[in-house]
Amino acid sequence: MINFVKQCAKASLASLLANKTRSFLTMLGIIIGVAAVIIIMSLGAGAQNLIISQIKSFGTNKIGILPGKADSNGPPASALGIVITSLKFEDAQALRNNPNIPHLSGVVAYDNSSETLNYQNASYTTSVQGASGDYFTVEGGDLADGRFFTDAEEQATAHVVVLGDTVKNELFGDSPAVGANIKIRNHIFQVIGVMKKRGTILVQNYDDMVIIPNQTMRKTVLGIDYLNFIRATVDNESNMAETVAEIKEVLRTRHAITDQSGSSDDFNVRNSADALALITTVTNALKFFLAAMAGLSLLVGGIGIMNIMLVAVNERTREIGLRKAVGASNANIILQFLIETIIITTLGGLIGIIVGALISFLASLIIKSLGYDWNFSISPSSVIMALGVSATIGLIFGIYPASKASRLEPVEALRYE
Amino acid sequence: MLIEVKNLVKEYRNEDVITSVLRGLNFEIKKGEFVSIMGPSGSGKSTLMHILGLLDRPTSGVYKFDGRNTENLDDNELAMMRNEKIGFVFQAFNLLPRTNVLENVKLPLLYSKKKIDAETRAKKVLESVGLGHRLEYFTNQISGGEKQRVAIARALVNEPEIIFADEPTGNLDSKSGIQVMEIFQKLNDAGHTIILVTHETATAEYADRIIKIRDGEIVGDEKVHNKRRGDGNGQLK
Ligand SMILES: Nc1ncnc2c1ncn2[C@@H]1O[C@H](COP(=O)(O)OP(=O)(O)OP(=O)(O)O)[C@@H](O)[C@H]1O
Ligand SMILES: [Mg+2]
Repeated sequence: MINFVKQCAKASLASLLANKTRSFLTMLGIIIGVAAVIIIMSLGAGAQNLIISQIKSFGTNKIGILPGKADSNGPPASALGIVITSLKFEDAQALRNNPNIPHLSGVVAYDNSSETLNYQNASYTTSVQGASGDYFTVEGGDLADGRFFTDAEEQATAHVVVLGDTVKNELFGDSPAVGANIKIRNHIFQVIGVMKKRGTILVQNYDDMVIIPNQTMRKTVLGIDYLNFIRATVDNESNMAETVAEIKEVLRTRHAITDQSGSSDDFNVRNSADALALITTVTNALKFFLAAMAGLSLLVGGIGIMNIMLVAVNERTREIGLRKAVGASNANIILQFLIETIIITTLGGLIGIIVGALISFLASLIIKSLGYDWNFSISPSSVIMALGVSATIGLIFGIYPASKASRLEPVEALRYE
Repeated sequence: MLIEVKNLVKEYRNEDVITSVLRGLNFEIKKGEFVSIMGPSGSGKSTLMHILGLLDRPTSGVYKFDGRNTENLDDNELAMMRNEKIGFVFQAFNLLPRTNVLENVKLPLLYSKKKIDAETRAKKVLESVGLGHRLEYFTNQISGGEKQRVAIARALVNEPEIIFADEPTGNLDSKSGIQVMEIFQKLNDAGHTIILVTHETATAEYADRIIKIRDGEIVGDEKVHNKRRGDGNGQLK
């Protein structure tokens, strides 16, 4: 039996090699299908890593508190342009250093607005962030020059500003900015610090913005009494669920909400760990969906191979008759043609994997040269899967031609012309 | 008795037309006999050989091979008997294309349950038919006479009890034909049963007995009195 399989495999490999062009054309459908699956899996994994590494560099210990009730998976109300005023500066203060929320390591209250800045004759429009609290704990980053504002300046509604790297360059060029006065909506602000260049993390450009005390933003610039949002951090991701629950409890008490179910909340709390999990799930689903679509072309390739095997059975009718005449059983004939088909599809799969890996690798070189932090990877599981699927397709689409061959009557097969 | 045939009938049905090819044959063949079957073209010789060689089934009648009624054998048992007990030499050689001489002769051993060293056995048989120097040749690189000897070697490789040869000299010149007949003669001398189909009386007379058929019926069954023998050099004695 094992010897028989070996002999069949040897014979069909020899005949495949003897007819290289024909063999290649036979396998083409499988080669293209497998290559497509490999490319999609590889590029998909690369894109996924890019997104996930962005979220990770943003931090998986982040908590966002937004005004208004929202289904935790839907967009926040504020993103839809609805102004909700339920979140106050005092809420942020109540959360900060609260002994009932021991694992909350930092809190920053935010009011943001796009404003035009003026310095002498230069003007530049950027995002002005009224951000107060534990800024560096929550957002990270570093000062390149000067200092950050203090809690005392915050309480005194001081007109001080810290510039992002891009803004500093737009307004001051190479000359020093610290100590200079700029105008925001005709209010004069003193530049006390400049942030180091940091780039974009997720959607936030940390260079194209300036930071002023939240109190100053609300009272002087915007004239409002509510917060856009609060950002906070937990000391450790494992304390996330507990901390979120504690935050909700504190805010419900402050807002006199007795309903603990969450359906009466006028705020909502999100966290980056959940977002990461959600994005991983979504991108995984997308990746496998696309791979499955590409896998459909394998089905077409399989049908092509079945067609060619049916022609081969017809062409080799006399050979089948002869084999039966010298003692081949029906099972021997089935096995021979199945082995041939499986060898064709598996070999096609192997070539497809190599082609797919090569194309993915070239693509990764191109993407890298465009400046993205991109890793080329082919997972062993996708290689094994591709080989398994190819062999299975050979098995499925080989059965019909093989059983047709085995059913030939020896005499009729020998007399066939 | 190796072969027993009673009222053997073979008919072909194509739509409404029934062609009666064998019309009730009766004969027996003993182990070790050398029998020629003669008859005009279309008389049913090949059809009879295919049935006797277990490649085809009769429409009616009884065929006992080696004491077993073949009607009760299933496809697998038939395949095994063809492999172990029967060697077939076809009118049209029927060698595998794009395959060398040695591989062609090894083919029946691929399906054999016996534990034999296929390579050694096939080489030995090829040497015995005088083709030891053609092992690696492809089947399109050898002459017709050599092809027929390859086909004979293939029929012998499993040491069958009986060899069927359907006009083995039909496509050969007289010298190659005589060489082939000498091989059959030696095999018969060594105890193999041989059934041979032929048109030519000269070829038929290598056998002990000639069965003549016409239009699917036996019209003669006689012993050969002056049995012909080759001298072992491809010349007639
Ligand atoms: N599948 C078939 N359907 C109908 N008739 C058939 C079929 N196969 C063979 N025959 C008929 O059976 C008859 C005998 O054929 P067979 O091949 O046995 O002749 P033969 O005696 O071997 O002739 P030859 O000497 O030319 O080889 C022929 O008339 C042929 O037409
Ligand atoms: Mg014939």
